[in-house]
Amino acid sequence: MSNRAIPATYATRLGDNALVLGQRMIELVAASPELEEELANANFSLDYIGQARMFYTYAGECEGGGRSEDDFAFLRPEHEYRNLLLVEQPNGHFGDSTVRALLFESWYVLLLEALTQCADEGIAAIAARAIKEVRYHLRHSSQWLVRLGDGTEESHARVQASLDKLWRFTGEMFVADELDDAMLNEFNGPDLAAIELQWQKNVAAFVAEAKLEQPGDQWMASGGKQGKHTEHFGFLLAEMQHLQRVYPGAEW
Amino acid sequence: MYESDQIMEWLSQVPDPEIPVLTITDLGIVRDVDCSDGVTVSLTPTYSGCPATEAIEASVVAALEDRGVSDVRIKRVLSPAWTTDWISEDGRKKLRVYGIAPPERRDRPVACPRCDSSNTQVVSEFGSTACKASYRCIDCLEPFEYFKCL
Repeated sequence: MSNRAIPATYATRLGDNALVLGQRMIELVAASPELEEELANANFSLDYIGQARMFYTYAGECEGGGRSEDDFAFLRPEHEYRNLLLVEQPNGHFGDSTVRALLFESWYVLLLEALTQCADEGIAAIAARAIKEVRYHLRHSSQWLVRLGDGTEESHARVQASLDKLWRFTGEMFVADELDDAMLNEFNGPDLAAIELQWQKNVAAFVAEAKLEQPGDQWMASGGKQGKHTEHFGFLLAEMQHLQRVYPGAEW
Repeated sequence: MYESDQIMEWLSQVPDPEIPVLTITDLGIVRDVDCSDGVTVSLTPTYSGCPATEAIEASVVAALEDRGVSDVRIKRVLSPAWTTDWISEDGRKKLRVYGIAPPERRDRPVACPRCDSSNTQVVSEFGSTACKASYRCIDCLEPFEYFKCL
């Protein structure tokens, strides 16, 4: 890979995570359990989609081939998306969405923190902007984890089931592939092994505070970083890309 | 050829579309004006997802074109990231008068914009927009918004 290709591909992957989680949160608009949550959710979603726009725009600049943010979002098929499987998982009930956000955001803040120090100035600048937002999102997801886990018997049982169900999608966050290695070695990027240790510690503390049980070692699903997605992802893209596919080049 | 002070003066009359009592210079998002080749205005977005970012860029171009500046370019600057520390003193006063408590240093209590009491309580950290939290004043009972520190 040429030197510019590494940040381009890496920024695309970061954009994919942000866009797919943002799109999942958009599906919840007008479906939140109360008004306060409605606003919080919609505002987080805006942050994630804003981050995706910046990452895609930057990836397009690095590529130098004239691809716009919209080309990345609306004109790539499923297998070209490199987001984690975790973020594409369906919203389920409120506890499912909360656990998905908590597990991802606990990882994403550590990743962004490391990226603010990386040698690629474009990615470092977007990370510095994004980390302030994601810290705030994590406050929300972790507060809700505690409220649900340490809430009623019903909420405790349901959010424990969410944690057990989604845990298998966390392994992939820490498995470095060729691109992660290139980012680490050539651009002083994130060290996923170090992030894993910190993530384990932070998540264990949230889980304990919520009086939940941390799932044990188990088989971990992976494939997102290679473009092999779970069946849910195609439906998400079909809805998100519908307009551009039917009316190519449509603009506001 | 324009003077950057003159351009800055014109920009200080462009309102923020979401909180129109503030101008974009009160908010501190105008980072630089370069008049060496046309006019290049460097702006920094407040939040990644702020829906006002593009509206602000369009109103900067429109404000300068109205005054006869034809060659206006906008540069989006991400680093260093915007912080509420860049909101001017004047901007803070305007926010308070408008009914929004301005961002405070972390160790200071949030004062009610109506009666100035510090006896206030957070209702929700997650307010109507990503930049605001919901508060209530325990003394005068006014519910109000607080512009969070970032």
